[in-house]
Amino acid sequence: MAKSSKNGTKPALLEVRNLYVSVAENEILAGLDLTVHEGEVHAIMGPNGSGKSTLANVIAGKPGYKVTAGEVLFEGRNVLAMTPDLRARAGIFLALQYPIELPGIRNREFLRTAVDAIRESRGEEKLAIREFNKLLEAKAKTLGFDADMLKRNVNEGFSGGEKKRNEVLQLAVLDPKLAVLDETDSGLDIDALKVVSDGVNAFRAPDKAIVLVTHYQRILNYITPDFVHVLIGGRIVRSGGRELALELESRGYDWLREETVGASAE
Amino acid sequence: MAKTLATYDRYAADFERLRHGGPDWLRELRSSAFDRFQQLGFPVARKGNEAWKYTDARPFAAEAFGYAQPQPTRRTTAVRLNQLLPFDDGFARIAVIDGRFAPEFSTGLGFYGLEAMSLMQAIDKEPRIVKGHLAKHAAWQGDAFTALNTAFIHDGVFIHATHLIEQPVHIVYVSAGNETAVTHPRTLVVAAPLSQITFIETYLSIGDRRHFTNGVTEVAVEDGATVEHYRLLIENQEAYHVGGTRVRLGRDSSYSSLSYEAGAGLARHDLGVLLAEPGCSATINGLYITSGDQHIDNMINIDHAAPHTTSRLYYKGILDDRSRAVFGGTVFVRAGADKTDAHQEDKNLLLSREAEVDSKPALEIYADDVKAGHGATAGAIADEALFYMRSRGLDEDTAMQFLVRGFAAEIIDRVSIDPLREWLEEQALAALPRFRPQEVVA
Repeated sequence: MAKSSKNGTKPALLEVRNLYVSVAENEILAGLDLTVHEGEVHAIMGPNGSGKSTLANVIAGKPGYKVTAGEVLFEGRNVLAMTPDLRARAGIFLALQYPIELPGIRNREFLRTAVDAIRESRGEEKLAIREFNKLLEAKAKTLGFDADMLKRNVNEGFSGGEKKRNEVLQLAVLDPKLAVLDETDSGLDIDALKVVSDGVNAFRAPDKAIVLVTHYQRILNYITPDFVHVLIGGRIVRSGGRELALELESRGYDWLREETVGASAE
Repeated sequence: MAKTLATYDRYAADFERLRHGGPDWLRELRSSAFDRFQQLGFPVARKGNEAWKYTDARPFAAEAFGYAQPQPTRRTTAVRLNQLLPFDDGFARIAVIDGRFAPEFSTGLGFYGLEAMSLMQAIDKEPRIVKGHLAKHAAWQGDAFTALNTAFIHDGVFIHATHLIEQPVHIVYVSAGNETAVTHPRTLVVAAPLSQITFIETYLSIGDRRHFTNGVTEVAVEDGATVEHYRLLIENQEAYHVGGTRVRLGRDSSYSSLSYEAGAGLARHDLGVLLAEPGCSATINGLYITSGDQHIDNMINIDHAAPHTTSRLYYKGILDDRSRAVFGGTVFVRAGADKTDAHQEDKNLLLSREAEVDSKPALEIYADDVKAGHGATAGAIADEALFYMRSRGLDEDTAMQFLVRGFAAEIIDRVSIDPLREWLEEQALAALPRFRPQEVVA
């Protein structure tokens, strides 16, 4: 991983060290390590139940998870001590696997309040309504949103694909440093997948990073990762480049699972 | 018990003083109603008294409220009213202050097709209509509060629409007195065949003193008429309030009501809607918001008495602190009321573990070929929704405010009067102390 050292003295954007996480006494993550630098795209792959979503949720601060050991650092700061909103203000964004419907809360107003909160924490002025609307509408257009969807309640009555596009719209408007995408590709048809991928690629920049959690390598045809990690049994058992995803596609996860079991038995 | 006797003595003394005035039929009506009130007494909780199962009516009997004295009209009252009712933006307004019609606060009532005046004026001017409707819809024989109100019918409000009235008519009942007093607001609204009217009833207090409001409103929606009714209860947190609203729907008529209840410490609203003739429909919405030690009780009876009638009942409640709410809704489909289509639902958001709601929707069906459904829910803010919003940078308090406002929006969005809807959007949060900005102590 020669690439990892390119940032020299700057701390990693995200550093997960020896992370153990339980849910209701069941250990889901068991000593997970992950280092993400600015400019990188990391794909986290793995079979169902391997702990992919848990990792994403713990980074964002979703309640219900118990961290029993290890740490998560964002720009060198201990994230685990921060509330979800403070993490968001620090620059962490999680696109949910199942975005929540918020009845009675308008998309436009919700996003404006979120943008204001994040700008305020960065010491920036609030955007004037006109400026915000311009920004929102420009981003919405690139994602194929019509104006009507901005007026609607957040995710309420949206199709699966619309919900995922709404997550990517939030990503575009909130402009975090780190985007954690939890199975943003699942349930999308090929056209929606392209639109969502274009949105994510537009976010890619030398000072940003993406952690892409996915079950299928299909999305990696559109969003090219710098690193691919395989998560099995709560830890990363193999890391590689783009070619690892292709190998997983042709061989499945079983060979890795067997290797892992074999290795831990030694 | 001595205190309770004093209460009844006080009502009796006030009744003796006020029983006169008006035509014979009205004096007789008052007397019969007062006799009935004395026989019934205030309700007490006992086995089988389902109507007062969850609301303790003892406070009404425990305090000897005297008949409100007329207050000298103060200039500050007008200023205060405008502050309290910013949404009343040039509406036709008719005001009753401490039980007396207040012409100086009543404006814009000269519309073609509309008669809006004090009830006493109407008895002179429209005796036939008043006599034909007053106390004909709100049965007082079986209900102590309605009987008591009927015994004290004096000034009240009369609205008679004969054409399409576009301007909302705002009826304001103000308790501004300094002493612990009772008022008995009485409202009669008659929408003549094919007429259309929107009216707002607002009950409010000026000042923080305890008072008791015992109102009765009768609404006659005649054949083919359309009535939109808003009822705003924003009295102070010490106040006791009992309201009875009785609505009768004629053939192919339509009635919609939206009740907003944030005020009064102890409040009860009995709403009875009689779908009397074929083809009529009723849409009944409500939002109650309680905090502190408030107690708000809604008892709603939708009576389908004719075939091809439709009703939609949807109430929502937001409860905080140690407050309590009661929702009792009954949809009654009488024999022969075939092709009835009825639905009722009550949803509650509990912001505190100590808050409690007793929600009892019920269906009683004696007809065939009926479409009917009901439901009730009570729950806390969903953790998932709260996390989702916070993960977008909103702090917990802001996220909660959005979720509460969003919960209320489903009802408030149904308000068709723009300034009223915008005002209610703000009020829904302002009604909850937890969201009020902390006062800065200098």
